[in-house]
Amino acid sequence: MRHYFGRKLLIYGLTFFVAVTVNWMIPRFMPGDPVASMLARARVSQPEALEAMRAYYTNLFGLDEPLWRQYLNFWAALLQGDFGISVWVFPTPVATVILGAVPYTLGLMIPAVLLSWVVGNRLGAFAARRKLLDNTVLPVGYLLTATPYMWIAVILAWGLGVVAGIFPVAGGYGFSLRPTWSLEFIGSLLLHWALPFASLFLVALGGWAIGMRNMIIYELESDYSNYLAALGAPQRLIRRYAFRNAVLPQITGLALQLGVLVAGALVTEIVFSYPGLGSLILKAIQNQDFFLLQGTFLFIVLGVLIANFIIDIVYVVVDPRTRAGMAGAAA
Amino acid sequence: MRNRARYLIPLLVAGVVAAGCTGGGSTPPAPQGSGSASAPGAAAANPNSLPRNETLYMSGTQWGPPANFNPIREWDSATGTKGLAYETLFHFDPNAGKLIPWLAESGDWVDDKTYQVKLRSGVTWSDGKPFTSADVKYTFELGKMETIPYHNIWDFLTTVEAVDPQTVKFSFSKANYQQWSFNLYSRSIVPEHIWKDRSEQDVLDGVNENPVATGAYKYMSHDQDRVIWVKRDDWWGKTALRMDPKPKYIVDIVNSSNEVAMGLLLQKGLDLSNNFLPGAANLVKGNFGVSTFYPEPPYMLSANTAWLVPNTTKKPMDDPEFRKALAYSVDTKKIIEGVYGNLVKVSSPTGLLPQWDQYVDQSVVGQSGFTFDTAKAKKLLADAGYRDRDGDGLVENKDGSKINLKLIVPSGWTDWMESIRVIAASAKDAGINVTPDFPDFNALVEVRNSGKFDLLINNERGLSSTPWTYYDYIFQLPIRKVQNTVNFGRYENKEAWDLVHELDQVKADDVEGMKAVISKLQKIHLDEMPIIPLWYNGLWSQVSSSVWKNWPSSAPNAPKTAPVAWRNWMELGGFETIAQLQPANP
Repeated sequence: MRHYFGRKLLIYGLTFFVAVTVNWMIPRFMPGDPVASMLARARVSQPEALEAMRAYYTNLFGLDEPLWRQYLNFWAALLQGDFGISVWVFPTPVATVILGAVPYTLGLMIPAVLLSWVVGNRLGAFAARRKLLDNTVLPVGYLLTATPYMWIAVILAWGLGVVAGIFPVAGGYGFSLRPTWSLEFIGSLLLHWALPFASLFLVALGGWAIGMRNMIIYELESDYSNYLAALGAPQRLIRRYAFRNAVLPQITGLALQLGVLVAGALVTEIVFSYPGLGSLILKAIQNQDFFLLQGTFLFIVLGVLIANFIIDIVYVVVDPRTRAGMAGAAA
Repeated sequence: MRNRARYLIPLLVAGVVAAGCTGGGSTPPAPQGSGSASAPGAAAANPNSLPRNETLYMSGTQWGPPANFNPIREWDSATGTKGLAYETLFHFDPNAGKLIPWLAESGDWVDDKTYQVKLRSGVTWSDGKPFTSADVKYTFELGKMETIPYHNIWDFLTTVEAVDPQTVKFSFSKANYQQWSFNLYSRSIVPEHIWKDRSEQDVLDGVNENPVATGAYKYMSHDQDRVIWVKRDDWWGKTALRMDPKPKYIVDIVNSSNEVAMGLLLQKGLDLSNNFLPGAANLVKGNFGVSTFYPEPPYMLSANTAWLVPNTTKKPMDDPEFRKALAYSVDTKKIIEGVYGNLVKVSSPTGLLPQWDQYVDQSVVGQSGFTFDTAKAKKLLADAGYRDRDGDGLVENKDGSKINLKLIVPSGWTDWMESIRVIAASAKDAGINVTPDFPDFNALVEVRNSGKFDLLINNERGLSSTPWTYYDYIFQLPIRKVQNTVNFGRYENKEAWDLVHELDQVKADDVEGMKAVISKLQKIHLDEMPIIPLWYNGLWSQVSSSVWKNWPSSAPNAPKTAPVAWRNWMELGGFETIAQLQPANP
């Protein structure tokens, strides 16, 4: 057991190190210069003022030091929880910017991914047994998975937002409100959440349902099912075993989904102008904001690692083979 | 097996909890954005839900979260920081072409090198302290810091003196009247009693939370995607200017995209959209309750000129004849109709905005101006020695080498992207090989500023109190390793730059004197074509009258002020527009 988790932790540690390094490298090898673009926005034409500002900002962001020093500084700051200052929303610290966006993204993605997984698996499992359901779930499922997030999002925004006027088309909560724990505010929060959630939920749902349906059919026709049936086991029992076996690949799929949580929301957030991490990443790239980009990527890396870790634990619970492996290793 | 499961469940729970903590909290969304905290007292006194009929919603200026309320950071402070909160000594009325006294009661040149400002009395800061000449002195003296954007005024400004609480005297070593008039309505005055202890870093980079200012509105709160201003009941302008803005709250919404702005506008959640909306003509014609300044093309007023900037240090763009041929080759009308759907106008060959019409010297334009004329372009090329030697329909350099010019605009600027496709096609018709290219914005800034491009489109100077800003853009010398904001084409003409200086030293009210110098500058511009004016970008403004009416329009009795809240436009009529609004359903 300890050996199993020890090894896992080591792998995670290494992954983290490599990811952070790559994360540090990518923006620095992108074309363009963040200080230059910041100064371009400042519209200063006077050469002396410009030079003074350039020197000042280059120093402030630590970009005047040799690369290896910048790298070490980056790690040192990171370990103290300091992500630097955002260039785009200067002078707000990156951590503040990210923390402002994280609740929106998690509030959107976690329910969307988990609910679509649960509902999708249920639907798929039922579909595998009922002809009528199968004839509807399958085509609808294919249609939904084949649809890009963005497309459903645009249709929802146009149909239910602009035309029907039921849902708002932008923002995290009403522009007339200020954040409080009032009923009105929470209602507005939910109203703004509904469409982006629906677009993510619907698209993911189809994929899970189809996957589950196919797996269940496969399991129900496999040898152990036939053997159980031949022994006269009740149909319920057979189905339960089939479900347990079919759900394993789905769990792996869920881990992958949770991993790309943030990236998945990117397009949806942009369509609905939802103030989450996805919108932030786009803006950070557009504005050459090294520090913000690093911060958000780091957040994603952490998210992927944590999601995988949880799945590792879940596997121990649901998959006897993992436990057997652990027992073997311990012995 | 059951036992083992029981043993594992706590572990699982622990794992999930740990993940929750490290992951930044998957706890219920706490929607407090980046520091939406305002003064607790202010928050308690104000409602948390703004009544629609008392609130003005606008958008189009702010492209990122409002990160600071520092008026010294004129380029990225939250919309309204200058204009709604901080005020300037004067405003400028582009229609009348003159300065409107604002914080100043009057301003005069007492002699050739001294400008004296009389300040209004009875003006108070939002913390109740009186506004005095010391604040003005302090603000202008901030410019002595090298990193302050208006540091350059100290090249010709020698002292600022607070003669008495209501009088400020500016002494100059050289009287750059035009430049100075521009500064008079551009610099936000900040309160000395709050700012005086701030370090240089704080002045330049400070967030300036809870700004204390003289304006009609004060800061209420902000979040990532909005900033909310609330009206000040004790604003001095009520009596002194007889202006009483009706919206109690102004909410400026951060743009995430023009499509989102369009959606909000159609839902009537937005009263004033200063975004470029490609289908604006259809919005106006259709029954959407959206209107623009003109009910017919070009729908909008003009804000700035889009120029084609050739890099004059590169062959063959170093040849004025070649540049002229290029100017003749551009089918601007096709851009106006095909790309913009008539939302913009063809610019005068001089590039001077319609508001500056009186300075255009028609005789110079008649002699040296250009129009779209492919045949003429071909003739100019042939006369200058550019011939098609290999028969591919495209001319070569005089030495026989191939010409292949890249014309760049930022990727994602869809209207400009389409426009340069038109330019490239029509240049090819005249025999000039131009290829459109769309680099990322930052990459473009880099090649633009360092002079590593061939051709680009730019519009960095817009309407101001004086065409001097426009000629300063075209001719500014000396050329530096990195050009920021001006003369990207690196055009060198000492004579023209001297004329720009000469123009600067003509008094702002001496229209004839200005005309004389500008005429000479126009001649040089049109003969040499360091930049090629193409079209006037519109003063993008779409308004909805469902909650607020009396918007500026071309209708006979409507106000004629600029309907924009863009950065630096509040002083050019934007604020007056807001102040004139009336509730639609009183």
